[in-house]
Amino acid sequence: MSGTYLGMPAFPRAAATATRDTRLRANLTHATRTIRDKRAKAVAELDDWAELRAAGAAVKDRTLRHLDHYLEQLEAAVTAAGGQVHWALDADEANRIVTRLVRETGETEVVKVKSMATQEIGLNEALARAGIRAYETDLAELIVQLGHDRPSHILVPAIHRNRAEIRDIFRREMASWGRPAPEGLTDSPAELAEAARLHLREKFLSAKVGISGANFMVAETGTLVVVESEGNGRMCLTLPETLISVVGIEKVVPEWQDLEIFLQLLPRSSTAERMNPYTSTWTGTTDGDGPQTFHLVLLDNGRTDTLADTVGRQALRCIRCSACLNVCPVYERAGGHAYGSPYPGPIGAILTPQLRGLAGPLEESLPYASSLCGACYEVCPVAIDIPEVLVHLRERVVQGGPVTLGGTRTVLQPAKGHAAERAAMRAAGWAFDHPGALRTGMRLAARTRRLHPRRLPGPGRVWSRTRDLPEVPAESFRDWWQRTRGTSSGRGTWAEPGTSSEPGTSSEQRGDAK
Amino acid sequence: MSSRDLVLARVRQALADVPGGEGPGDGGTGGQGSAGPPVVRDYHRVHGSRTQAQTVDLLAENLADYRAIVHRTDAEGLPGLIGRLLAERGARSVLVPPGLDASWTTGADVTLVEDRVSSTARELDRVDSVLTGCAVAVAETGTLILDAGPGQGRRRITLVPDHHLCVVRVPDQVVGSVPEALPRVAPDRPLTWISGPSATSDIELDRVEGVHGPRTLEVILLSAAQRAD
Repeated sequence: MSGTYLGMPAFPRAAATATRDTRLRANLTHATRTIRDKRAKAVAELDDWAELRAAGAAVKDRTLRHLDHYLEQLEAAVTAAGGQVHWALDADEANRIVTRLVRETGETEVVKVKSMATQEIGLNEALARAGIRAYETDLAELIVQLGHDRPSHILVPAIHRNRAEIRDIFRREMASWGRPAPEGLTDSPAELAEAARLHLREKFLSAKVGISGANFMVAETGTLVVVESEGNGRMCLTLPETLISVVGIEKVVPEWQDLEIFLQLLPRSSTAERMNPYTSTWTGTTDGDGPQTFHLVLLDNGRTDTLADTVGRQALRCIRCSACLNVCPVYERAGGHAYGSPYPGPIGAILTPQLRGLAGPLEESLPYASSLCGACYEVCPVAIDIPEVLVHLRERVVQGGPVTLGGTRTVLQPAKGHAAERAAMRAAGWAFDHPGALRTGMRLAARTRRLHPRRLPGPGRVWSRTRDLPEVPAESFRDWWQRTRGTSSGRGTWAEPGTSSEPGTSSEQRGDAK
Repeated sequence: MSSRDLVLARVRQALADVPGGEGPGDGGTGGQGSAGPPVVRDYHRVHGSRTQAQTVDLLAENLADYRAIVHRTDAEGLPGLIGRLLAERGARSVLVPPGLDASWTTGADVTLVEDRVSSTARELDRVDSVLTGCAVAVAETGTLILDAGPGQGRRRITLVPDHHLCVVRVPDQVVGSVPEALPRVAPDRPLTWISGPSATSDIELDRVEGVHGPRTLEVILLSAAQRAD
């Protein structure tokens, strides 16, 4: 499997393959169920969760509504504290900036903290093309990197691998990246973690350049925050001479005090812990402690386009906790790779099509990668109404409409492949306006129910390939109501085309008569 | 136009729906004249009401829940306890940050390694243990906050050695909650928040202690009452 997401098949095809992989499904079911139960307990410990969640959402919304102000404030504070701020419009520009900054150090190796932003822009591949080797140091990212694989979960990128697979990857691959796996390595998690520790410590102790993202940036103080568990983050943030942080512009929060909200919401939502083992904060550079050169690369890459959509912009509140993945019935069965981007699960289904634009078959299919059950909204610590955005994006796919792409307002054309759906909706609209026709159609459908195919022919084929056709009951609700509550003579009172009586009115009248 | 100006211009264009009169501020009340969502901080400053002693007990409980080893002593017992804990681990060398109370190590039969800016990560890697104080501890989450102040040293010294021994003065360094902790630390200092030893849940979501940071975190709750004697 290649390390990039280019040319990913649309969601339904990728999911169809993934759901047939029984080992993947077993790994995912085990992992998501475990974390789901633990998270519920961790959240239940705080009786003000609803208030924290509302405050988290409000702070993020307020920040987004004045993002220009907070970004300028942040830039000034970081610069005053000894950091250098760079701005990147897109992935290419961010990669060019980071590559140049690494080259200026004269180094050809960097150590990396797990970071969604650098996954999003394909930084490792860009650095590799420039002859710079990037070592992932998070255990899960190491498993993914050594396995020539792609991450499939925001928080636990190797969630699709079980311990036996991880042992095999370590035994096979570690030697070609540095210290080989210990002799007789078993699949116990403790031994696997120890193997990773030994393998990576060599890298940490010699690294001159570290690359990270950030969970939060405080505009008022210029402080960056990284939340982690293993200590690999602390290693990369404190041992190298140069630190380069690539951070999406939506990660800014206004004040130091705002961290009291997010440092309560994030750990409990993500790993179900009261607090993650390590949190690091730094403001510019500190004499004699940590990197003496600090670069912050502020990344747009579709975020301002997302911001322009007044319904969809709430996706930018996301703090990447991954709670929505762990409760999603679709994610649990399809796995993260099917979403074709570093952002899988429900949040990926709304974030990817917005960051990239509804630009191709994958992006157009993602708003449909959901059952709209609403579990993702319920668990979201910043109350992103994911179902609302999904429905909004589906409308854009089918109907087209105004969007912003690369900073330019434009009108999106309806996507190809949805002509049948639009035709069906038009037909349904007509039928609901013509009750007599609707009734005749329902009766006809009921009488021919034994003859219905399991898959639709013609233009409906695409729709029914991924859905089970509903079974038509022997009798429609209207007819049942007529038979059991209405009068037998009432049958004829149902509106036929051309008659003026409303179905609702006639049934009320009969109700009164009873 | 620079990328900076372009990004900011795109942000402003994207926010055309935000009323001109709405200021960034703290979000205000969200009442009349403001279309933005209000930022209401009606969450608790601390969860539940506790005595100081109960807050310290909760800290001990939550530290232990994440596999930190918790000890309690007073000023008189401290050097002996530190000596015993280091001896039990077979530690021969211990890192001490500048400004650490010299009396703490008088009972330890080990080589003291002073942390210097010039000492390399490899040198730190050869040390068995590190002994530090802390700035604040948070009871509800079982968290120690180090702010690189005297007796705590640089961020790296509590990271590279495999055994971290941290002394918390109780009750004056203990707060109940995260909202109570933040005003006690300064954002312009590098902070490290530590909740239990290094851990990972990356393999089948099984929690394993000890990956890259110290595998063992021992916390000594140093009580004030006897210390004043």
